Amino acid sequence: MAGLLGVLIVAGVALMAVLAPWITPYDAFAQDLTMRMIPPAFMEGGRPDHLFGTDQLGRDYLSRLIYGARISMLIGVATVITSGLIGITLGMLGGFIGGRVDMVVMFIITCRLSIPLILVALAVVSLVGSSLTVVVMTLGLLLWERFAVVTRTTVMQVRTLDYVAAAWAAGCSRTHILLREVLPNIVHHLVVVATLEMAIAILLEAALSFLGLGVPPPLPSWGLMISEAKDYMFFSPWVIMVPGISLFVLVLGINFMGDALRDRLGASREA
Amino acid sequence: MLIFIARRLLLAVLVTLTVLTASFALTRLSGDLAISIAGPQATSEDIEIIRKAYGLNRPVVVQFGDWVVSAATGDLGRSYLYHEPVARLIAARMPTTLTLGLCGLVVALGIALPLGILAAMREGSLMDRGIMMVAVVGQAMPTFWLGLLLVIIFGLKLGWLPISGADEWDGFVLPAFVLGFSAVPALMRLTRSGMVDALASDYIRTARAKGLSRAAIVLKHAARNAAMPVVAVAAVQLGFMLSGSVVIEGVFALHGVGYLAWESISKNDFPVVQAVVLFLAVIYIALTVLADMLNAFLDPRLRTQ
Repeated sequence: MAGLLGVLIVAGVALMAVLAPWITPYDAFAQDLTMRMIPPAFMEGGRPDHLFGTDQLGRDYLSRLIYGARISMLIGVATVITSGLIGITLGMLGGFIGGRVDMVVMFIITCRLSIPLILVALAVVSLVGSSLTVVVMTLGLLLWERFAVVTRTTVMQVRTLDYVAAAWAAGCSRTHILLREVLPNIVHHLVVVATLEMAIAILLEAALSFLGLGVPPPLPSWGLMISEAKDYMFFSPWVIMVPGISLFVLVLGINFMGDALRDRLGASREA
Repeated sequence: MLIFIARRLLLAVLVTLTVLTASFALTRLSGDLAISIAGPQATSEDIEIIRKAYGLNRPVVVQFGDWVVSAATGDLGRSYLYHEPVARLIAARMPTTLTLGLCGLVVALGIALPLGILAAMREGSLMDRGIMMVAVVGQAMPTFWLGLLLVIIFGLKLGWLPISGADEWDGFVLPAFVLGFSAVPALMRLTRSGMVDALASDYIRTARAKGLSRAAIVLKHAARNAAMPVVAVAAVQLGFMLSGSVVIEGVFALHGVGYLAWESISKNDFPVVQAVVLFLAVIYIALTVLADMLNAFLDPRLRTQ
């Protein structure tokens, strides 16, 4: 039930992100200083032509929200791909080869965990220069440890099973065994980690943008929208509600999806 | 046990050295630091002066060696912005962040332990599902947004608590709640699964057979066993909270270490940046060592690993 809801939410936001240029009622970047801070249509003082109202520069909130979906989805998917590649590679090396290699992998994971995540992400974005690409790369390079830990643990469980022994006996190469025998049998765990990681990446980007060191303005990141709106929130609380609820609902949807996948695929609770 | 402690400490030292290198490398990411410090209007003579004044004209290896040696002796350098030793800046801000972190931890445990235990006692029931739903919802909540919402509700509409700053104790209530709430889902899941395992074990059946009351069984026997790993993880969570407090301190304008870090990152005050990163990492490393030792003390099986 919750799983289905999750899939619907994520699919809806993804569709919004893909179709953004065609479904936005206004240009998401066009300012109109005569139309500033108009409340949403369903509130007092709202206008039917601006469904979610306008922001402090008179930009249509709904259009910015739809474009913001692009940023969140892009961050989520791109981070999962980058961090997945790093984490799964490290985890497979450590879990499959074991011994010294595994010690090195564990050491790298321990070091990564001791680094204060948000601070380092803030510092990197600030020093390299804030842009969408930098944020994606930074998050991808920082958020791989859960992939590595889960891959390592599950590979260790799988590598002692009979079909792997059979593959060795049949003379398969190490690469073949890793990619054809081991990987397909742990992939359900990794899918669950991917949903979790996507949710974390989206929340982290929003937090970075909120602190002014994430996606640069005027890009309509939901976190940045909350940050820009917070000076006005005491008079018009809806300005932080609209992007905040969107962010919350999207992440909730991803988590619902992840939980349902875990139950269905029988992945470990560790994820 | 001694060998275990020695190995664990050696690992901690190695990790610290790696983080020391990483935090140095981090601040060199921008390319030429002198240009970043000088700002956009600076002439090339200005940049040259800055490069000399801060010792940036020396080879990188020498600068790195200097940083390692002085960091090891507790000298974390001087802030470009405040013209004060970084160690003194951090020490002045630490009480705020530590208060926030510890209060947050109390909040987190205060919510996570009872709810986790309740959920496990009635596994699969409506209440269990309701409590687990709290965890899912909590995980999806952007902390900075929750902070702003609570400020609007309790600060503005109800007027019970201050909107920002922490001159009085009540300034810590909202930030500590928000920070603590962010750690609740993980701790609650752990408590619940630990309790479910504990309640299904033989010694609980024995306790039941002896005719002990339900409260005695749950609180005295099961909870004590289930809570141990939670306490260890809580130590690690405290480490995460201290570094996560940069967001909360930003929302509530609390002038702790997180705020200092954010400020120095925005203003290219890189000695402070590398020092705070190192400082928080060392706290985290110390907390994990502590947690591992606590676990090993409680469960001798772990010592041989």
